[in-house]
Amino acid sequence: MSTKTDVVRAAGQDRPGVIHARPVSHPWRWVALAVIAVLVAMMISSFVTNERWNFPVALQIMIQQPVLDGLVKGTIVGTIGAMVIGVVGGILLAVMRLSSNPVLRRVASVYTWFFRGIPRIVLLGMIGIGIPFLYDGLDFGVPFGQQFGHALGLSTDFTFFHLSLTQFSSTLLAGILGLGLSEAAYMAEIARAGIISVDKGQAEAAQALGMGNGKTMRRIVLPQAMRVIVPPTGNETIAMVKDTSLLIAIPVITELYYQVRIIGTRTLEIMASYVAVVAWYLIVCSVLMVGQFYLERYFGRGFGETKRAAKKAQQERAARPAGMGGA
Amino acid sequence: MARAARAPRTSRATGDVLVRAVNITKAFHGNEVLKGIDLTVHGGEVVCLLGPSGSGKTTFLRCINLLESIDGGRIWVDGELMGYREDEKGQLHTLGDKQIAAQRREIGMVFQRFNLFPHKTALENVIEAPTQVKGISKSKAKERAVELLASVGLADKPAAYPGALSGGQQQRVAIARALAMDPKLMLFDEPTSALDPELVGEVLRVMRQLADTGMTMIVVTHEMEFAREVADHVVFMDAGVVCEEGPPDEVLGNPKNERTRSFLRRMHNAEERDAATADDVPDTGLEGVGLPPA
Ligand SMILES: Nc1ncnc2c1ncn2[C@@H]1O[C@H](COP(=O)(O)OP(=O)(O)OP(=O)(O)O)[C@@H](O)[C@H]1O
Ligand SMILES: [Mg+2]
Repeated sequence: MSTKTDVVRAAGQDRPGVIHARPVSHPWRWVALAVIAVLVAMMISSFVTNERWNFPVALQIMIQQPVLDGLVKGTIVGTIGAMVIGVVGGILLAVMRLSSNPVLRRVASVYTWFFRGIPRIVLLGMIGIGIPFLYDGLDFGVPFGQQFGHALGLSTDFTFFHLSLTQFSSTLLAGILGLGLSEAAYMAEIARAGIISVDKGQAEAAQALGMGNGKTMRRIVLPQAMRVIVPPTGNETIAMVKDTSLLIAIPVITELYYQVRIIGTRTLEIMASYVAVVAWYLIVCSVLMVGQFYLERYFGRGFGETKRAAKKAQQERAARPAGMGGA
Repeated sequence: MARAARAPRTSRATGDVLVRAVNITKAFHGNEVLKGIDLTVHGGEVVCLLGPSGSGKTTFLRCINLLESIDGGRIWVDGELMGYREDEKGQLHTLGDKQIAAQRREIGMVFQRFNLFPHKTALENVIEAPTQVKGISKSKAKERAVELLASVGLADKPAAYPGALSGGQQQRVAIARALAMDPKLMLFDEPTSALDPELVGEVLRVMRQLADTGMTMIVVTHEMEFAREVADHVVFMDAGVVCEEGPPDEVLGNPKNERTRSFLRRMHNAEERDAATADDVPDTGLEGVGLPPA
């Protein structure tokens, strides 16, 4: 009677051992590398030999105080502010789009239609010029309170807080609001894609546990949707860094590109000023990409650990006595 | 596989009715899926719901905890009308989201596909509802969760994400998660049918233990042996109606309805085929793959 072990023994030393195979050869990789090496060499040679690049001047322009102000206020604060409004607004719009309330659904789609249809530079120009032209200020109080107060002959007009729009619109705040409102329309679609990518069973499990709709969305669905939302949002953020240069339409003058251009025209170092501004945009975008990496890793927890995360988790497990959960 | 003869078991039912469903009807886009289902479950009882695919078992189970709305009939759980409020004139008013959530808190549900929260560890899955819904402090909830995980045999896995657990382990976490809300009633929708055969036993074992603690359970299952040994009451459904119900020995041992008989014959054949597969095929390391349909 021949069993499995007999077969194995009979095979003896003939059984195949460790594999020492040659890897597939990739000749075209070497060709590509050579071509790229030549191009890079040409570029470097141009940088070094062509004095018109004038890097020292570019570096000087980069660290001028008005340029740094423009970088911090216009580009960095502008991007962060607009993206915060955009992401929060976008998620809100997406939840409205997916709600069972027909009024909310319609409002969300009209919003998206409107803001997606207008070029940002036009929107910003209109906010900058139009709002102070149409309204003197923004009153925070009871809707139609002034009319009521007037009709009833009351001394109060139900206004609690007054914001002068002539002042407001010339500030960065108006620009951030404009960019943020526009961004929300795009983020709404990204967030909606993220939310519908989460398995329906997740919301059902949460509801079966007695969680309300709001908690289900905030604690169960959105954190999982973020895994899908973060990568395109990184894209949007980087696009927003560049779109802050449109703030000049408001006009906001503490803005990177505008400030660099002024220096460029004043000193006639046009090319150097472009090098300076390109360098700043690239630096900001590089930092953002690093941030995106960490965000993706955070929201990807529980979904196929990366090698490093797995190793870290194992170390943590080893360090912790059994039965103690981490939170 | 022959089973040792079993001493006749007395029902676990404590007498008081916990679930009463009367004349439940439900249609999806005009396709009538439930056609007047009646079901009574007493406290402490284990009821197994059997029936061919598409007979409406899942739909009925989901109606009980309001994941699905019903078109007709009434469901009471612990004396409370589910999903509606009846005023003095007998007019029904649909309950709001908050009240529906409150009613669901009393009912635990275990899904065919586990539906664990993948972004939370096993422990976080278990403490989520107690802390978020009941407002229990995190440290108290954790203590209880550690106990619950131990009771389903997962004392060593609190920090594992669901993606790093086997199907059987995930389903046991899901059971612990439902139990953490201290439900009066547990619903199981084919809790083992998404599992590899060798993982079915560990989940059924946990369910048996739970039944022995006196938990009231409604279990949709294709596990005949479980129904035979654990159920106090078996309900056979086909095409949206209850064809036959009663004690397991009667319904499974001596079915009167022709549809029940043909279903049981098919199940029996399938079980024998599985058993044959397990016995005859030499150790290929591939058990659990199952046979292609004949
Ligand atoms: N959301 C839905 N929309 C439309 N039809 C549905 C929906 N859910 C279930 N059905 C239909 O209702 C019928 C009963 O489905 P149900 O899932 O309750 O059956 P089941 O008895 O649980 O079957 P199985 O044993 O395969 O799980 C099926 O014909 C199914 O196609
Ligand atoms: Mg089903």
